[in-house]
Amino acid sequence: MTGLLSLTTFAPLVGVVLLLGARALHGDNAKTDNLAKWIALATTLVTFALSVVLVAQFDAKDPGFQFVEDVSWFAGLHYRMGVDGISILFVLLTTFLLPICIIAGWKSVEKRVVEYLICFLVLETLVIGVFCALDLILFYLFFEGGLVPMFLIIGIWGGKRRVYAAYKFFLYTLLGSVLMLAAILSMISIAHTSSIPALMVFKFAPWLQTWLWLAFFASFAVKMPMWPVHTWLPDAHVEAPTAGSVILAGILLKMGGYGFLRFSLPMFPNASELFQPLVFALSAIAIVYTSLVAFRQTDIKKLIAYSSVAHMGFVTMGIFSGNAAGEQGAIFQMLSHGLISGALFLCVGVVYDRMHTREIAFYGGLTNRMPWYAAVFMLFTMGNVGLPGTSGFVGEILTMTGTYQASTWTALVAASGVIFSAVYALNLYRRVMFGEIVNPELKDITDLDKREILIFAPLIIGTLVLGVYPNLVFNLTASSVDGLVGAWRAAVGG
Amino acid sequence: MQTLVTILVLAPLVAAIVAGLFGRRIGNVASQAITTGALILSCALGWYTFSQWTWGHMEAFTVNLLPFIHVGNFVSNWSIRIDALSSVMLIVVTTVSALVHIYSWGYMAEDDSKPRFFAYLSLFTFAMLALVTAADFMQLFFGWEGVGLASYLLIGFWFKKASASSAAIKAFVVNRVGDFGFALGIMTTYWAFGSIQFHEIFPQIAAGASRTWEFAGHTFPLVDIACFLLFIGAMGKSAQFFLHTWLPDAMEGPTPVSALIHAATMVTAGVYMLCLLSPMFEYAPVAKNIVTVIGAVTALFAATVGLTQNDIKRVIAYSTCSQLGYMFFAAGVGAYQAAMFHLFTHAFFKALLFLGAGSVIHGMHHEQDMRRYGALAKLLPVTFLAMTIGTIAITGLGIPPLHLGFAGFYSKDTIIEVAFAAGQHNGIALFAGVIGVIVAGLTSFYSWRLAFFTFNGKARWGHDDHHAADHGHDAHDAHGHDDHAHAETHDEPLPDAHDDHGHGHDHKPHESPWVMLFPLVVLSIGAVFAGFFFNDFFVGHHQQEFWRGAIVNAPTNHVLHEAHEVSELVKYSPLIASIVGLLIAVWVYLVKGDERLGEKLAARNGPLYVFFYNKWFFDELYQATFVRLTKFLGDLFWKGGDQKLIDGFGPDGVSAVSYDVGRRTGKLQSGYLYHYAFVMLLGVAGLLAYALFRFH
Repeated sequence: MTGLLSLTTFAPLVGVVLLLGARALHGDNAKTDNLAKWIALATTLVTFALSVVLVAQFDAKDPGFQFVEDVSWFAGLHYRMGVDGISILFVLLTTFLLPICIIAGWKSVEKRVVEYLICFLVLETLVIGVFCALDLILFYLFFEGGLVPMFLIIGIWGGKRRVYAAYKFFLYTLLGSVLMLAAILSMISIAHTSSIPALMVFKFAPWLQTWLWLAFFASFAVKMPMWPVHTWLPDAHVEAPTAGSVILAGILLKMGGYGFLRFSLPMFPNASELFQPLVFALSAIAIVYTSLVAFRQTDIKKLIAYSSVAHMGFVTMGIFSGNAAGEQGAIFQMLSHGLISGALFLCVGVVYDRMHTREIAFYGGLTNRMPWYAAVFMLFTMGNVGLPGTSGFVGEILTMTGTYQASTWTALVAASGVIFSAVYALNLYRRVMFGEIVNPELKDITDLDKREILIFAPLIIGTLVLGVYPNLVFNLTASSVDGLVGAWRAAVGG
Repeated sequence: MQTLVTILVLAPLVAAIVAGLFGRRIGNVASQAITTGALILSCALGWYTFSQWTWGHMEAFTVNLLPFIHVGNFVSNWSIRIDALSSVMLIVVTTVSALVHIYSWGYMAEDDSKPRFFAYLSLFTFAMLALVTAADFMQLFFGWEGVGLASYLLIGFWFKKASASSAAIKAFVVNRVGDFGFALGIMTTYWAFGSIQFHEIFPQIAAGASRTWEFAGHTFPLVDIACFLLFIGAMGKSAQFFLHTWLPDAMEGPTPVSALIHAATMVTAGVYMLCLLSPMFEYAPVAKNIVTVIGAVTALFAATVGLTQNDIKRVIAYSTCSQLGYMFFAAGVGAYQAAMFHLFTHAFFKALLFLGAGSVIHGMHHEQDMRRYGALAKLLPVTFLAMTIGTIAITGLGIPPLHLGFAGFYSKDTIIEVAFAAGQHNGIALFAGVIGVIVAGLTSFYSWRLAFFTFNGKARWGHDDHHAADHGHDAHDAHGHDDHAHAETHDEPLPDAHDDHGHGHDHKPHESPWVMLFPLVVLSIGAVFAGFFFNDFFVGHHQQEFWRGAIVNAPTNHVLHEAHEVSELVKYSPLIASIVGLLIAVWVYLVKGDERLGEKLAARNGPLYVFFYNKWFFDELYQATFVRLTKFLGDLFWKGGDQKLIDGFGPDGVSAVSYDVGRRTGKLQSGYLYHYAFVMLLGVAGLLAYALFRFH
C-alpha cells in the first residue's frame, strides 16, 4: 500500500496539531495537560499500530526497499521513502518505545506539559524519517532535525547542569554533521543523484571513498557514540529526563549504527575495509575502557550511560566484521539495547521519581521494600550483562563470533568485556538493592505502581521473547543483510 | 517418549514461574507443593528414561522444540538430546533436586520468603536440565550461564547479609572468567568446523585433527586450542585451580543449595562437558594433559585446605573441589567413563554429606563452627548414621579382593587405576595417579576429622562454648596473621540466618524432622549401592553397550581396559592411604580425645598450617592484583582519560576558548540553548541553499 510509510512517519504530527488545538480550546491549565497526555499516548499507539501493519505487509524474502514512495519535491529534489529488512526494525523499535516514553513522563513532568509532548511527537516523526528516507538530503534533514527536539528535552526538562550537557551534545554533534554535510554535497555533485538506492550501487573512486567515509564516520561515531567521542553521552543522560534518556539510548544512538549500515558499508566498501582495523580498535577500547569507567561511577544513570557505550562497541565491531553473523548480531544488539537500556533508564527513573537523587550511595536494601522492582531490575541487569535467555546475549555472541573471523584479537578483547559488564552491573545492583535499609529516608519507599508495571511489561516481554526466539528478527533481516554482505564482499573481492 | 522428556525438562520451569510470580498470592504451601511436585514428576520421568536407556535398549534421539538462533550456518535449536550421558545426568539432577526440594520443606521452614527460594531451586533445575540435554553449543551455553544465574541468586538468597551478596557476585564474576574462555572456544570450534551442532562437529574432528590455527604469529594445533578454551569454561564452573575461589564463599547460600548446586550438579557441569566433548578432547593431547595437571593439582590443593578448616560447610566445599579434581584428571587421561562414574557416585555421597551437615546445622541452631560441636551422635542419631555412611563412601572403603565396597570405593579406585594405567605411556598421568593416592589419604583424614569432630568427643556446645572458639582463635592469632581480615571471616561465628529463629532460646541440639531425614535415608542407599550396582555399566564389562557412542575413545585409547591390568600395589594403594588417614584421625580425635591436638601440631609447623588454613592465599593474591588493578584502571580511565584528556582538550577546552572569543566579539556566545539551535538551523538552511543553487 503506497503512502503507508509516510502515514506512519507523519502520524505523530497529527497528534501535534491536536495538542495545539486542545490548548487553543481549553487554555493552558491542568485539564489541558491531562487531555494532552491522552492525545499524545493515543497518537503514539496509533503510530505503533501503523508500523505493525507495515511489518505485517513486509515481504521478508525481498532484500530490496519496499513501500517505496518517490515524489518530485522542489528544485529537483525528491521525496523518496522506503524500508528494507534492516530499517523496518528500527521503525518498529521507535514506535514501540514512544508510547512507553509518554507514559514514563506521565507524572514526573509538571511544567510545559504540552510542549514536552510536542517535542516527543516531533522527535518521533523525525526519527522514523531518518530510518525511512531514501534520499540523502531528506535523510540529512531528518537526521539533523532530530537534534532540535532532543536539545529542548534536555535543555528545558533536564536537571541542574542541563545547559552544560546540551552544549556538549551540540558541540560534538555539530562537528560531525558539518563534515557529513560536506560529504553529502560532494557525493551529489559527483554522482548527480541524491537517491540512496542509486548511491548504494554507485562506485566511488577508492581515494574519494576514504574521505567520504571519514566524514560520515565523524558524524556516526559521535552518534553511536564510539570512544573517544563518547563523553557527551553520560552528561546528556544524567541531565535528561527519564523519557529523554530512553529515547536517547533506545533510538538516537541507533541512528549512528544505522548510518554505518546504510551508508558507510554499501557506499564506501573499500574504505570500510581499509578502516576496519580502526573501527575494531576503537570498539575494543570502548568495550573495556568504558566498562571499567562504569565500574567506578557513583551515579546510577552515569553508570548505565557508560555501559551503553560499551554495548555500542559490540555493535560497531559487528557492523565492520563483514560477515552475516557480525551484521545480524550488530542489528540485533542495537534492537536489544534499545529495550534493555531503555528499561534500565526507566528503572533509574522509578527511584529518582521517589527520592530525587541518583547517588548510588544514597540507596541500599531496596529489595526489602520493593520486591517487584527488585525482580524487574534484576531481569534487565541480567539482560545488560548478556545472560543467555535475554536478548542481550544474542547480539553479543553473534557480534563476537562475526568479529572473531575478521580479527581474533578484537574478539578476544571484546569477550573480556563480558566479564567487566558482570562486575559493574552486579555491583550496582548489590549497592542499590541488597543489604538492610540503612538510610531512614528509604523506610517508606513504595514498590512499583500499576502505571510503572504497565511501562515495564512490554519491555520485559520483548527482552525475553527476543532472547528465546531471536529468529523473529533474523527472519526479517536475513535477506537484506545477506544482500549487504554479498555486495560488500563482491566490492572488496573477499 | 518425546513428550515425556519434554515434560521432564519443562515441568521445573513452569513450576518456577508459577511459584516465582504468584508465590505470594497462592501462599507458601502451594508454592512448595507445586515446585516439589514438578520435581518429583521430573525425577520419575528421569528414572524411566534412564531405565529405558539401560535396560530397554532405547535409541538416542533429539527432540527439536523451537529454533533458537539461525544465522547462516550458525544454527542452534532449543532441543532435548537424549543419550547415555544425558540419561545419567537426568537422574542425577532430578533425583538430588527432588530430594533437596523435599528437604527444604524442613530446612527453610522458618524462612519468610519460601516461594522465592523454591522458585529459584526449580529454575536452577530447569537450567541444569537444559544444559545436559543440549544438542548444540548455544543451548549448552544457555544452560551453563542459566545455572550460574540460579547459583548467583541462591548464594545471595539471604540478601540482607553483605557477605552473601559479595559471595554471589564473586561466584558470578569468576564463572564469567571461565565463560570468557568457553565463548572463545565455541567461536574457535564454529569457524573451524562450520557448525555449532554437536552431531555435525564430532564426525569432522578425526579428519581435522592435524589442522592448525594461526594467532599472534604462532601456529597452534586447532583442536587443542578449541579444547583448551572450552576447558577454561569447565574450570570456572567446576571450581578448578585458579578459578576455584568462588566455591568456598558460595557456602553463604542456604545448605540445601550447597548440596544441590555446589556439590552434586552444577559444579559437575564442567566434567560433563568434557565427557560430552570427548570426540574433540580425544584429538587434543595437549589440552588433555593440561586437564590432567589442573585436575590433579586441584585435588591436592583443595584436600590440603580441607584439612585445616573449622566451618563444617567449608570442609565439605573443599572436599567437593578436590573430588572434582579427581573427575577432571580421569577425563584428562582419557577415561571419561570413570569421570562420569565418579560424578554419579559423588552426587549421592556428597549431597548426603551436605544435607547431613545441614541437619547438624539445623540441630545446632545455625552454628557452623565444628569447634562448637562434639558428642552429637546420640542427639542426632539418624544424621550421625547417614553422615557416617557418607564418610565411608567418600573415603572409598571396601574390600578389593571381593570387589565390594561403598560407592566411592568403585569410582575413586577406578580413577586411580586408569591414571596409573595411562601413566605407563604418559608421565603426567602418572603424576596424577600418585597425587590421587596421596589425596585419598588426605580425604580420609579430613572426612573422618569432620565426623569425629562433630559426633564424638566432648560436647563443646554447652556453657563454655565460647571458650572453645576463642581458644582456636587465639592459637591462630599467635601466628600474627589476623591482619588479613577477610581471610578470617569464615572463622567468625556466623550470624543467625533467620532473625526470628523460632526456638532460638532452646540451646539443646535436636534431631531434624523426618522431612529432612527422609532425603538422607534415600541418599544413604545411593551412597552404599550406587557403585556396586552401576560399576559394570559405567566402567565395567557392559560399558560399551551402556554408553553406545555417547563417549568416544580414540582408537589408540585403551586406558579403561588397561586399568584392569595394573599391579596389585596400585589396586590396594588408595585403600591403604584411606585407612592410614582414618587411623590418624582416630588417633587424634578419638584415642587422644583432644580435639585441638591437630591445632597444637599445626602451631608447631606454623608456616605450612597457615598456608593451608588461608587457602594458599589465593583470595589475597587476587585481591591485590585483579581487583585492585580493575579499580585503578577504572579510576584512571574515568578521571584521567575522560575528564582530563578527552573533555579537557575536547568540549571543555573548546568551550573555554570560544567563551574567550565570544566575550570579545560581543554577545554572540550567550550560552542559551535556543541560540545554539537557531544557529544550527541557520547553518543547515544556508548549506542547503548553497547545495540547491550549486547543482540545479
